[in-house]
Amino acid sequence: MKKIFSYHETYVLIAVVILSIVITLVNPDFLTLENLFGLLRSYALMGTFAVGVLFVLISGGIDISFTAIATITGYTVAVLLLKAGDKLNIVLIFLIAGLIGVALGMINAAIIYFFRIPSIITTIATMNIYYGILTVLSQGKWLYGFPQWFSDFAEINVFTLTNRGGTPYGFSLITLIWFAAMLLGWFILRYTIIGRSVYAMGGNMASAHRAGFNLMGLHLFVYSSMGFMAGIASVIQALLVQTVAPNALVGKELDVIAAVVLGGASLSGGTGSMFGTFLGVSLIAILGNGLTLMHVPSFWYKVFIGLTILLSVGASTYRRRLFSRQRVIIEEEVR
Amino acid sequence: MSKASEFSVLLLVLIGVLVLMSLLNGSNFLSLNNFQSMAFQMPELGILSLAMMITMLTSGINLSIIATANLAGIIMAMIMTSGIAPETTGPGGVGLVLIAIIAGLFVSTLVGVLNGALIAFVDMSPILATLGTMIMVSGIAIVLTKGYVISGFPVAMQVIGNGNVGGIPVPILIFLACASIMGVILQHTPLGMRIYLIGSNPVACHYSGVNNRSVILRTYLISGLYSGIASVVMISRFNSAKADYGESYLLLTVLASVLGGVSAAGGFGRVSGLVLALIILQMISSGLNLMGVSNFLTIALWGMVLIFVMVVKYLIERYQERRYMT
Repeated sequence: MKKIFSYHETYVLIAVVILSIVITLVNPDFLTLENLFGLLRSYALMGTFAVGVLFVLISGGIDISFTAIATITGYTVAVLLLKAGDKLNIVLIFLIAGLIGVALGMINAAIIYFFRIPSIITTIATMNIYYGILTVLSQGKWLYGFPQWFSDFAEINVFTLTNRGGTPYGFSLITLIWFAAMLLGWFILRYTIIGRSVYAMGGNMASAHRAGFNLMGLHLFVYSSMGFMAGIASVIQALLVQTVAPNALVGKELDVIAAVVLGGASLSGGTGSMFGTFLGVSLIAILGNGLTLMHVPSFWYKVFIGLTILLSVGASTYRRRLFSRQRVIIEEEVR
Repeated sequence: MSKASEFSVLLLVLIGVLVLMSLLNGSNFLSLNNFQSMAFQMPELGILSLAMMITMLTSGINLSIIATANLAGIIMAMIMTSGIAPETTGPGGVGLVLIAIIAGLFVSTLVGVLNGALIAFVDMSPILATLGTMIMVSGIAIVLTKGYVISGFPVAMQVIGNGNVGGIPVPILIFLACASIMGVILQHTPLGMRIYLIGSNPVACHYSGVNNRSVILRTYLISGLYSGIASVVMISRFNSAKADYGESYLLLTVLASVLGGVSAAGGFGRVSGLVLALIILQMISSGLNLMGVSNFLTIALWGMVLIFVMVVKYLIERYQERRYMT
């Protein structure tokens, strides 16, 4: 029992549950499958980004450029869809977007590793480069009017139910793609050597280097994973809104990082879990949805998100400080 | 790398850009008109970069500068358009404008103190604390304005952003004053010395008897105050205030600081380097603008310049290290 309360995830879960109860008491529409499935569908974009961000944060780095990477992959895929939509299928689309993302992520990794430039500076620079070049080439044009099969795919449900009014709703395939990405990330981080190495590198880069970890390979792996997830997320975004705009995603990067941090990942690296990240994204989703359902004017949204971040991070920092103080006392007693 | 060589690398880049842009644009670039318009555009980013720089010197960061500036701007705009006839408070509404500016600077300083308290006393990491306040403060700005623009300021306010003193634009004078004061604080006061010390080694700084918490608190207070000053220039130039002006400046201020030699790990960097970096960035953007090149290509180019400078610095450092070893 005591162990449960040493996990950050427990506290986020408690916050999610309490918030859900409050919202349901005010508006029972919240706790319906229809609303929850809708939320899971529309937050698949942020959720998929978050999987990649988690990898980078655990490794002790940060990536600001992933929205710009997603803009490039999304735009490339959209152009392909418009030019040769009939010859493509959804698997190919995800693969193309993912691979371009991997390539762009590798550029980030190479600059960070070979020239020892801090990741935040590198990715701020590459974000400007990627986004700037794409906006020039695309002339800021919005792309829409994708093939029929592409818009049909977005409406596929894994299973479909009907609400009291007779309108069908269901668990979207898009949500399933997000869940698959999380499952893959969870498995890699927990059960593979490379996943555990990412934690080692984030915990202490110098020790990991001395212990013989291949830091170059790990950098490439972490940032190309981020790129891959950005690619997948860009296709999800295209599926959700059926429009690709050069300026739709850039500017949202800090929101995603905030969600992952809410879930317990630390910016100094070495900690964070997939379950926590899911809870972090859920907390943001429920907060936004709840304010709407409770008829709070939408411009209050940011105030609450900001407050939540400050309270949650503040509380967990404070808890960690108490914990380390306790440990010092125990060590004193042992002596 | 020694300070002198860092400064000379920047100076060489500056001269290179100046020559290149003059060759590409001819006399257009070297005209008084162009320099005047550059002097009008640079100060906003410049003052915000100073606000970013001082926090980076302590190995922190302040993501909330733009949000703070916008909130301060909205407070000032609300006071100036509150219905009090400006003429009754002096020529051009000077009295009203002064009250508004004092209130705006007070609010921005308050946000700075909040940041400083969260970082110094709650021990939150600077990125997270300022990310949280950034989102919250910009939320408050949206709540206050409901997303609308507030515009139409008294004449006295518009002079700040658009006036001249003997042909020199007022904004650049404000920027030069801000930069000089920051330079004096950093180079000639105990506080400045301690800011560099904390950035280099917080533990050593603590053991040498410095109250780290108070220094951090004051650092973020100054950062908030400078955001407020940037806001005065910004809203008077636009003659309006809004919750999401200048959001693209945020990462540019980091870029300018790093380009100017501020180390992301803290402890190194001078105001003079930052000013050179700002002039370089402004010349690139004005020069390309004269050539009719898209703004977005300029942004991409700034990113490339940043990586280029960092790579050159890294290579020089490694070369010097090797020479030292042998």
